[in-house]
Amino acid sequence: MNVQLPTGRELFESKRPGSADIAWCPGCGNFGIRNILISALAELGLKPNQVAIISGIGQAAKMPHYINANGYHTLHGRAIPIATGVKASNPELTVIAEGGDGDMYAEGGNHLLHAIRRNPDITVLIHDNQVYGLTKGQASPTTMKGMKTPTQPWGVFEEPFNPVALAVALNASFVARTFMGYFRESVEIIKKAIQHKGLAIVDILHPCVSFNKVNTYTWYREHTYWMDDHDPYDREAAFKRALESDPLPLGIFYINERPTFEEMVPAYWKDRTPLWKREPKLELVKKFFEARKL
Amino acid sequence: MAEFREEVSIVLGGAAGQGVQTVEEILTYALKKSGYHVYANKEYMSRVRGGINTTEIRVSSRRVRAFVKRIDILVPFNRGTLSWVEDRLSEGTVVLGEKENIEEAFLGKINLVEVPLTKMAMEVGSQLYLNTIAAGLIVGLFHGDFSAVEEYVRKRFGSKDENVVKKNVEAAEKGYELGVKLCEEGAIRVEISRDEKVKDEVLLTGTEAVGTGALAGGMNFLSFYPMSPSTGVSTFAAQHAEEFGIVVEQVEDEIAAINMALGAWFAGARAMVSTSGGGFALMSEAISLAGMAENPVVIHLAQRPGPATGLPTRTLQGDLNLVLYAGHGDFPRIILAPGSLEEAFYLTAEAFNLADRYQVPVIILTDQYFVDTYYNLPAPDVGKVRFERHIVEAKPGYRRYELTEDGISPRAIPGYGEEVVIGNGNEHDEWGDITEDAELTIKMQEKRAIRKLETIKRNAPLPKLIGNENAEYLVVSWGSTFHVVEEALEKLGSGKVAHLHFSWVYPLNPEVRRFFEGRKVIVVENNVTGQFADLLWKELGVKANHRVLKYDGRPFSVEEVLEALKGVVE
Repeated sequence: MNVQLPTGRELFESKRPGSADIAWCPGCGNFGIRNILISALAELGLKPNQVAIISGIGQAAKMPHYINANGYHTLHGRAIPIATGVKASNPELTVIAEGGDGDMYAEGGNHLLHAIRRNPDITVLIHDNQVYGLTKGQASPTTMKGMKTPTQPWGVFEEPFNPVALAVALNASFVARTFMGYFRESVEIIKKAIQHKGLAIVDILHPCVSFNKVNTYTWYREHTYWMDDHDPYDREAAFKRALESDPLPLGIFYINERPTFEEMVPAYWKDRTPLWKREPKLELVKKFFEARKL
Repeated sequence: MAEFREEVSIVLGGAAGQGVQTVEEILTYALKKSGYHVYANKEYMSRVRGGINTTEIRVSSRRVRAFVKRIDILVPFNRGTLSWVEDRLSEGTVVLGEKENIEEAFLGKINLVEVPLTKMAMEVGSQLYLNTIAAGLIVGLFHGDFSAVEEYVRKRFGSKDENVVKKNVEAAEKGYELGVKLCEEGAIRVEISRDEKVKDEVLLTGTEAVGTGALAGGMNFLSFYPMSPSTGVSTFAAQHAEEFGIVVEQVEDEIAAINMALGAWFAGARAMVSTSGGGFALMSEAISLAGMAENPVVIHLAQRPGPATGLPTRTLQGDLNLVLYAGHGDFPRIILAPGSLEEAFYLTAEAFNLADRYQVPVIILTDQYFVDTYYNLPAPDVGKVRFERHIVEAKPGYRRYELTEDGISPRAIPGYGEEVVIGNGNEHDEWGDITEDAELTIKMQEKRAIRKLETIKRNAPLPKLIGNENAEYLVVSWGSTFHVVEEALEKLGSGKVAHLHFSWVYPLNPEVRRFFEGRKVIVVENNVTGQFADLLWKELGVKANHRVLKYDGRPFSVEEVLEALKGVVE
């Protein structure tokens, strides 16, 4: 693959001393996702201080440390509510919630469901390698049936989680899947996800070179295809595509333009100022007390 | 004839859904407007319909702010009320009501003044008017200001059609006339002098005091999951969301509530969550994150008895240990527990400054008794509220976790300044990136758990001492037991006893120790083990000589505290 890196990327290259020591295994798909994300941010012309990357826990969640942008490395599964709070407090920020399949689909599953209902204007990037890497190879919600792991020595018998079908079923605002091995396509999808007004979910397939011996780079290439003839505004078609399992379709499954959380909350009806710039409305408190004299 | 001078305690009892609360509202409003000091508190069952709920309304010529066990006038709206409050009845209690609502066993044993409320309501047109008649009746006993009742009815039913207002006013009038007649006939006599100044005071609930405090403190974000008895604060915020520009969101669970609030503070908002013990239990993980990431947050915790679901609609000061120790690892937090509505207002406002300044979780502990208490008070002075912003601009080279002498690193927020801000729940270097360096770990642990804690302690305000500084006995209260201890001590009238009230509960300033030197210490608290007494021992080495504890899910009454103190103080 001939990777042409765009200019503007250097803005997002962290020079902090702690960023130098990258904790990912050699060959890890997270490196590719990092490159994709940096390129997407740079190509969108964003500045590091306008972006906030909120991550959960796990190898994927270490992303904020390897990028020069605002970041908050939080708790397992909690990136989405935290990112929602960030965006709702300052809608001027580009907010990205990032984590792995365990982070977003297991520990944080409930938050994902309700974020889809709430529709904050954030981008949720899920590094989906179908295994728990940081804890050394246990099955994740997306692990395929039959895969043997140290904690599932008899082989996984649970039905794998289908994030795309779930998101379409819940009428999510933007649903896509990509494989990080396809650099240019992935950059384009993530750019569209960031630009999309509303919650954008991108399931990013990537290999875990240390613990997933099934879903390798080659496996993903052989078991995925790009949807060239798909209308993302057709929900029924999106759902049908979402149910396909081998090969897995890649691309934007579904777009559903609807009002965002920040547009709906009364706090911003008349005033678009970020919350941190606002001051207490003491006159209104006084008025409240006056009314309580009656 | 039953005569009540200068003070009367009225209890209304009925099934949930019968409208006892409506009567409570009309009465407190109209009586306050008539120039009487009022206090009200309710106890209710955890059910939507049925059961027995009661409301106590104290009407007095002087300021009253505490719960009394004594019932002077009882108005039962259903059968079963008398048995429910049996231990609160005395020879002097007058029961105002209908025979149908009184259990046979009580007939002949009580001072019953029969009032045909149902019949009167039917005359007006429907049983629905019973509450308004009862409210009018009681205001009539005081020869209160009828126009205030009318005004309230208009305010409350004004959005419905004019006929509803007219009928309700008619019903209130009928009740009022009967009340006046009962006095003239000599069945009851109530003589309470009025205080004109009361008319200009405000009537607030504990919930509103916390809510208005939060608004004055600049709260602009509130995420919550409904849970009694804390929901009132969230409802209050939602109802003022548009006017005050607050993001209010009912979320999927308490975990989301607090994490959303952490995100909001990270981005510079002033966020609060309102919950109760069971909800807070779910938040401990995020409390720990707040400790590690030095992410400010304000939490209102309205306590109710636990463990687990406990008694959902009742009261206890049982969650002090929960908030003291919630979260793993060592990190400071601030715990506040207002004793009066004024304190609830000022402390809640200040909680936002404290969270901002120290970058720690600040927990405001109230309880069911406190949030459901009403009384009149001079409007809090909004001008006294200070708005401190502790946010710095992220300039090049900015380090979120800069090591400083006092343990406080200047906090920047994303988007303000050209540099980026990295928050982290993992151990981190000064920039916020992950570290496993042993030496740096030591420095960071000490910064958070020692230096920052010391800074907070040093600046922690002292408790309020009421009474003789050299008293032999020191009665300690914290949070919602303030007024009841205050009134019990007034009644005790002993110069040997002083009162020390803590509304700043943790961490304690080491200076606090001096209040206890040479005194016999009596700690009054609404829980089974004496959690605050234990804290005094652990933090200051202060030993409680006596613990006055109550843990039946009900608040202390003035009589109970008085009796307990009499038993201790010689």
